[in-house]
Amino acid sequence: MSGNMNLTLKVWRQKNSSASGKFVTYKAPEISPDMSFLEMLDVVNEGLVKKSEDPIQFDHDCREGICGMCSLVINGEPHGPKRATTTCQLHMRSFNDGDTIVIEPFRAAAFPVVKDLAVNRSAFDRIQQAGGYVSIGTGGVPDANEIAIPKVIADEAFNSATCIGCGACVAACKNASAMLFVSAKISQYAMLPQGQPERYARAEAMVLQMDEEGFGGCTNTYACEAKCPKEIKVTNIARMNREFFNAEFIKG
Amino acid sequence: MLDAKIPSGPLAEKWNKHKFDLKLVNPSNKRKYDIIVVGTGLAGASAAASLAELGYNVKAFCFQDSPRRAHSIAAQGGINAAKNYPNDGDSVFRLFYDTIKGGDYRSREGNVYRLAEVSVNIIDQCVAQGVPFAREYGGLLDNRSFGGAQVSRTFYARGQTGQQLLLGAYSALNRQINLGKVKMYTRSEMLDVVTVDGKAQGIITRNLIDGTIESHAGHAVLLCTGGYGNVFYLSTNAMGSNVTAAWRAHKRGAYMANPCYTQIHPTCIPVSGDHQSKLTLMSESLRNDGRVWVPKTKEIAERLRKGEIKAVDLKEDERDYFLERKYPSFGNLVPRDVASRNAKQVCDEGKGVGKTGLAVYLDFADSIKRLGEDTVAAKYGNLFDMYRQITDENPYKLPMRIYPAVHYTMGGLWVDYNLMTSIPGLYALGEANFSDHGANRLGASALMQGLADGYFVIPYTLGDYLAKIGPAPIDANRPEFAKVKSEVEVRVKTLLSLRGNKTVDEYHRDLGKIMWEYCGMSRDEEGLKKAKGMISDLRADFWKNAIVLGDNEEVNQSLEKAGRVADFLELGELMIDDALNRDESCGGHFREEYQTPEGEALRNDDDFAYVAAWAYTGDNMPEELHKEQLEFENVKLTQRSYK
Ligand SMILES: Cc1cc2nc3c(=O)[nH]c(=O)nc-3n(C[C@H](O)[C@H](O)[C@H](O)COP(=O)(O)OP(=O)(O)OC[C@H]3O[C@@H](n4cnc5c(N)ncnc54)[C@H](O)[C@@H]3O)c2cc1C
Ligand code: SF4
Ligand code: FES
Repeated sequence: MSGNMNLTLKVWRQKNSSASGKFVTYKAPEISPDMSFLEMLDVVNEGLVKKSEDPIQFDHDCREGICGMCSLVINGEPHGPKRATTTCQLHMRSFNDGDTIVIEPFRAAAFPVVKDLAVNRSAFDRIQQAGGYVSIGTGGVPDANEIAIPKVIADEAFNSATCIGCGACVAACKNASAMLFVSAKISQYAMLPQGQPERYARAEAMVLQMDEEGFGGCTNTYACEAKCPKEIKVTNIARMNREFFNAEFIKG
Repeated sequence: MLDAKIPSGPLAEKWNKHKFDLKLVNPSNKRKYDIIVVGTGLAGASAAASLAELGYNVKAFCFQDSPRRAHSIAAQGGINAAKNYPNDGDSVFRLFYDTIKGGDYRSREGNVYRLAEVSVNIIDQCVAQGVPFAREYGGLLDNRSFGGAQVSRTFYARGQTGQQLLLGAYSALNRQINLGKVKMYTRSEMLDVVTVDGKAQGIITRNLIDGTIESHAGHAVLLCTGGYGNVFYLSTNAMGSNVTAAWRAHKRGAYMANPCYTQIHPTCIPVSGDHQSKLTLMSESLRNDGRVWVPKTKEIAERLRKGEIKAVDLKEDERDYFLERKYPSFGNLVPRDVASRNAKQVCDEGKGVGKTGLAVYLDFADSIKRLGEDTVAAKYGNLFDMYRQITDENPYKLPMRIYPAVHYTMGGLWVDYNLMTSIPGLYALGEANFSDHGANRLGASALMQGLADGYFVIPYTLGDYLAKIGPAPIDANRPEFAKVKSEVEVRVKTLLSLRGNKTVDEYHRDLGKIMWEYCGMSRDEEGLKKAKGMISDLRADFWKNAIVLGDNEEVNQSLEKAGRVADFLELGELMIDDALNRDESCGGHFREEYQTPEGEALRNDDDFAYVAAWAYTGDNMPEELHKEQLEFENVKLTQRSYK
């Protein structure tokens, strides 16, 4: 492990959703390569607070790559340069002494800026609310082992279910399409026996809500898959399209 | 003496009998009741969804931007249930027994039995929701043994069990939001509880986007706000996890129980430097296949620390597999408190590894040899990746370095069998309460408890209270609301007036260091007394010299953090008082003065088989101790032995 680094940051600052924003340049001196990217920002923020300057706002919580709260576009890439990595799991050893790093929020009409680098992703919640569930209540369900599920199907459903709802797919897409996110949820249920009764109604409701939220369409550039920290596959989108198409015929 | 309202009768019949004895709310009346649920982790999301399904109107709150991001999402290893699918001798009674024993006989028999009983329903519920648990080739659910259990009763979803369970509960919550039965308030922080005539009837919140301070009224308030491990600054908890909701309730009259019981998890990635903002857990499941060791001598450890030799260079007879040596029957699978304390001990003896000397090895070489790298990768791949991401070392080639870290708080708001706190109408669920884990929680039991509380306990017990108070509307215009609201406003203003010279994070780090040093893995009277003075000085200094920037009417992280740290500073002192009061060692509470000749925790059942529930009596006043005697009718109290 080499020594510490001196970096320059160009950070998007925007007071609230209605204010206009601009880039502001900060120095980040003496940054250890073992720090995470967010710890680097913590250090910068602590320096700002000491000078009575407003610290940079960014979303984060688990810092373990699972809650989906962290975001950031780093040098033009959602979640930064590393594959299959969230911003909170990105470490400074991915950068070099003297680098200038440009940090922006996830940009999409459906993700308005809350402050600085934090955006409002509640559109994702509303899509899930439209149909991302199995309509059962608590209690009165069959024994967990009553329905066997082939392991390959369970594993495939699991792969789709690992989406953390971060929105990087939207930020990476030139159309700001949310199809990777939406298709992952639709696929999980479409594959599992528990999801069958509402399979098509669900696909339809979620897709309609997605359109309503103002996300763009898909033109197959696969930028979403490339930047997805959980490596959700674009094959989910193909499946979603099929489900939605079928929903037109089979209302159920 | 406090009364926990545990139903009479034989252990196995208590819950059923109680369910029958509880009053019911007439179905057509349910929509006349408003319920406030603070927190949407496993406990909160499952409670909010289940109550809304019954017909109550629910308002739910969380401070993150979405309910799906609650700290529960980060749980890795699994969830226990006494299904006995593997036919290896598990039963409700065995899960009950293991939990009581694992908790070092400091939990309630009645509660723990109920937990074990409903555990089986949880798995059914989750599978029906579409939670993709791990399966075997035959298509049925897979189980593993976890954290010291000698049966395989842990259900899991790769290393992301918490995520999948929370997304299941979140989906149930979403369905109720869509049906209009739950109104969800995100980026909203509860800052106080409102009581009217001694009953909890509402909360005061701050909208984290625009600073609006709001009153919300309801017939009952459920706190599902998680644990307070971040009082130690560094922990495996999410950055935002905090004690504010519970602490505010405490100051309004809810007792805080066993606050000193903290779980220090043995397998975390060691601290790498001062910049560290949190610690990362490496799931306990790793101990199923990993072997814990340090070099036999200080001299070898020294050379390892300097990087002169590598772990893989050491011959077998230069290694001390200290858990296997000391505990031949449980080996690497001893409970967390025992594993942590032993790791600390070998490091204190100078045999620790890594640059700082505060680490031990967790080695997979044997498993890789036995099972092959592919099998090991299939089981633990995502954990190995995470380790590599953080440390830049390849755990397939070099043993992992691990060290204990604060992970879970067994202490919390005191609740009775119905999950009601000492304030009528105020309930606490999940990690926020103290109820089921005694002095040490077994692995994979927190997820079980959170979902048991939310899906299967509160829907019954809450109805009894609601039926008794009746459905007359609760009025948020009552003076009691205005009074608490203005107190909250004054507090916010006071915090915002602090323009000193030390950042809130610096105070938090200082507090964490004191807590870790004196109230961490081992404690003694002298240290605790010293820490008490240090914390009280630090707190006084905070209210003079902290820097809190900005205004209320905006997104203000400075203000949010300051409020949380101010509460941690008060909680820290109570934890010390509790640790000082408990003149024994039990589970995660290890007092140096009380140990067996072999260095194991020495309980004092004659004097301390009670729950210590603390009542707030006023600012800077000593808290008042209330005791709830623990009765053991079905298990014999023994010295825990994992030899
Ligand atoms: C890394 C890690 C791994 C773990 N692995 C396991 C495991 O494998 N098995 C197991 O059984 N347990 C595990 N645990 C423990 C378990 O995850 C937690 O105990 C459990 O998830 C807590 O759930 P909860 O619902 O009580 O609270 P949380 O999930 O912490 O939720 C708290 C909620 O309260 C809200 N909140 C808090 N304060 C306020 C406020 N003032 N105002 C408004 N909202 C508020 C938050 O927004 C959040 O929604 C693990 C814990 C960690 C840290
Ligand atoms: S699909 Fe990938 S990028 Fe999109 S929200 Fe899910 S995890 Fe994030
Ligand atoms: S902070 Fe949770 S995924 Fe990054």
